[in-house]
Amino acid sequence: MPARTPDGPPPAPVAQRLRVRFAKRGRLRFLSHRDVARAFERAIRRAGLPIAFSAGFTPHPKVSWLGAAPTGAASLAEYVEIGLAEPRDPVQVRADLDASLPPGLDVLECAPASGGSLADRVDASLWEIRLPAGSGVGAAAALARFLDLDRCEVERRTKDGQRQLDARSAVVHALVTPAGSASPGAWTGGSPGAGAERDCAILTCVVRHTTPAVRSDDVLAALRVAAGFEVAASLATRVAQGRWEGGDVIADPLAPDVFAAGWGPPR
Amino acid sequence: MPVESLYERLEPLLPQVRKPVQYVGGELNAQVGDWDAAAVRWCLMYPDAYEVGQPNQGLMILYELLNEQPDVLAERTYSVWPDLEALMRRHGLAQFTVDGHRPVAAFDVLGVSLATELGHTNLLVALDLAGIPLRSAERTDDHPIVVAGGHAAFNPEPLADFLDAAVLGDGEQAALTITDLVREHKARGSPGGREALLGRMATAGVAYVPRFYDVTYLPDGRIHRVVPNRPGVPHRVTKHTVMNLDEWPYPKQPLVPLAETIHERMSVEIFRGCTRGCRFCQAGMITRPVRERSITGIGDMVDRGLRNTGFQEVGLLSLSSADHSEIADIAKGLADRYEGDQVSLSLPSTRVDAFNVSLADELARNGRRSGLTFAPEGGSERLRRVINKTVTEEDLIRTVTTAYAGGWRHVKLYFMCGLPTETDEDVLGIAGLARAVVRAGREVTGTRDIRCTVSIGGFIPKPHTPFQWAGQLPHEETDRRLRLLRDAIGRDRSIGYRYHDGKPGIVEGLLSRGDRRVGAVIEEVVRAGGRFDGWSEHFSFERWQDAAERAGVDIDWYTTRVRDETEVLPWDHLDAGLDKEWLWADWQDALAEQEVDDCRWSPCYDCGVCPAMSTEIQVGPTGRTLLPLTAAPAHGAARHAPEPSSHAGAHA
Repeated sequence: MPARTPDGPPPAPVAQRLRVRFAKRGRLRFLSHRDVARAFERAIRRAGLPIAFSAGFTPHPKVSWLGAAPTGAASLAEYVEIGLAEPRDPVQVRADLDASLPPGLDVLECAPASGGSLADRVDASLWEIRLPAGSGVGAAAALARFLDLDRCEVERRTKDGQRQLDARSAVVHALVTPAGSASPGAWTGGSPGAGAERDCAILTCVVRHTTPAVRSDDVLAALRVAAGFEVAASLATRVAQGRWEGGDVIADPLAPDVFAAGWGPPR
Repeated sequence: MPVESLYERLEPLLPQVRKPVQYVGGELNAQVGDWDAAAVRWCLMYPDAYEVGQPNQGLMILYELLNEQPDVLAERTYSVWPDLEALMRRHGLAQFTVDGHRPVAAFDVLGVSLATELGHTNLLVALDLAGIPLRSAERTDDHPIVVAGGHAAFNPEPLADFLDAAVLGDGEQAALTITDLVREHKARGSPGGREALLGRMATAGVAYVPRFYDVTYLPDGRIHRVVPNRPGVPHRVTKHTVMNLDEWPYPKQPLVPLAETIHERMSVEIFRGCTRGCRFCQAGMITRPVRERSITGIGDMVDRGLRNTGFQEVGLLSLSSADHSEIADIAKGLADRYEGDQVSLSLPSTRVDAFNVSLADELARNGRRSGLTFAPEGGSERLRRVINKTVTEEDLIRTVTTAYAGGWRHVKLYFMCGLPTETDEDVLGIAGLARAVVRAGREVTGTRDIRCTVSIGGFIPKPHTPFQWAGQLPHEETDRRLRLLRDAIGRDRSIGYRYHDGKPGIVEGLLSRGDRRVGAVIEEVVRAGGRFDGWSEHFSFERWQDAAERAGVDIDWYTTRVRDETEVLPWDHLDAGLDKEWLWADWQDALAEQEVDDCRWSPCYDCGVCPAMSTEIQVGPTGRTLLPLTAAPAHGAARHAPEPSSHAGAHA
């Protein structure tokens, strides 16, 4: 018996690639990457975008993701690339897609891909970790001890049991500041937050993307390991992703696309 | 009185639990109404995990319908997993809704959908977590009225102590009527408190209020009688039947989950009720008569639902979807309309005939033909006559041959074990059938790459069916027969074998046909830590045995005992429309291996429903067709079905 092939014509090729930056915040920070992906694919359908599909018996929409923020972490810098079968105005796509997504998944930018791989423009994340009131001094001291180390092994619970990883070498920049300098929308996604936030401290850190990935909670675990620093609750927000350019400077990965589209100078 | 969101207190707990997204709400088409502006506030509960409860159609229909009423607010709550439950207890956090994260105890009505008896323990846990007294008698005017609905509410007796009321049958009009009664009661300053409100619900016939009935028992333990203990309360409570489904096109805006759920699709109920007369099937008996949604009503719901949700899959739901009088036109019309659109259509129907295969072919026109499911239920023709699911082996082989020839590679066959009169020979017949199916598939395709999976579970006799008098097979015997079948199938790698062990079925059987005395067992089990009994990793048969012993309840007496014609059954005062004499006659016919025809296509056999309920079968054909929607605009108004002019009928 010959191999079966799908009936009908092959799917339309990709006519336009769009790169999208979006936020995952508020209550929706508890979405896992799979949850985000499903929500996006449905929003694309609701928005009526002419998404391109892969060939085969089970065609998949042309949607490709850059490394996702973990479940429970908020982010202002998640990226996805979508392939459309017909070109559309990126400005309109941003608005339509944003309107189709539930609040908390918010489309912030959309630019036509100018070539190259988005993944090649991303090697680090800037995190802001909001710590409870009164923990700033302890956090600063613990961070100093941590930064003095060459390695700091932490344990992470995974599906396959406990796993050891070094949380130190990926952290290339870190400091503790009083609250107020953090992006105000990250914590609540626009809804009113708790009043006690004013006294919070912010741990800002740049973490290089390594394998295995070091996550914001690994950094906090490392402060516990290095200096016995414990926090009851924290909220981590990925503020930026891109190429690390030293200090807390992360290059905007969409800047070359925005420039190529003639929308503005490279940032 | 302002009611505050519990979210601020819940949020710090969420990073510590599995799948926190299920507790945050915020799904597309979810609604958070204005608490203070609402005259009547409903909390709707599905007593299982979010991933199971969220797709439930009944709950979604009531959620949307109630929220559409100008002065009504409806929110949802689901069972929390033990990890969050433990944290909530430690931090003093009460059962909350996922919409407004409001405390469940603050609502006027807690409506609970009882789809399966194995959720009963979860209901009690939720009441406890909500701070609502478990026992109806201990609740005050400050607590919600706890009303159950759904199929398992047709015998709510095991929950009689815990429920304030139970609604039998279709919930749409009943929920609106209860809303009216609550609104009126509150507007008048709640005279007479909850007792008076429940009295009005009972006398209006909208709900069964267990506390208004006294049950007495015979010395041998059987029920002597069930009688009302106050004037004005009906001797028998009858079920609700919604007629003309086209007037109830719900859900119009189905909820789109953010968390992963068991059914990620847009479901459209294409008809309600079934008259095939499968004797084991409670759903088929209690939802009569058949009421079809029209082909154009279905088309409009599919179109609107897909645009409102972005779902990629459409399920055409009913108890036997291939039986819709215009199903061929519906399938073709939808397949034409969504051709090349990556929308997959499914017909979760299990009728065994070639027509069903051609429908499946049509619906999977562009998609992959992977698995096709049929449910012969019984392993021999004799047994299939007993259960009135008549299909000959020849029919079955012809059907699967058509399926394999059409490109389907995998046929799944569903069976039950422990059906009345079943012998080892009947069970072993399943192995022979599966082998014949594989052989037929290999012959017609010329390849050995053919699979057949046999899925089998224990049969549980259910109230309001001809098998309500039958003895359930003891779990040891169920397990023995299932092992026998496993050995008979042997190492044939083209045949898959999936089975469920008999113990959970015995608990389900206890709760299905139990009376008020079984309530003590449920409460004991909950106190001993039992919850999520539908999940094998949480279910403990020993816990149920121990609890039954402490409560002085003999599980076997309720499950494996054969009842006789004169016995008063715990649900006899609850009227599903079926004539008890007819059910008994059909039970006798079953034992005599006599079949009965579907009354849609052959004369009425007097099951009693239509005359008792003043209902009638509503089937097409309408003769209308489903025009393909040529241009599918992404935005703006399209072909909305005419809105129902009013719900006036519901307020009658």
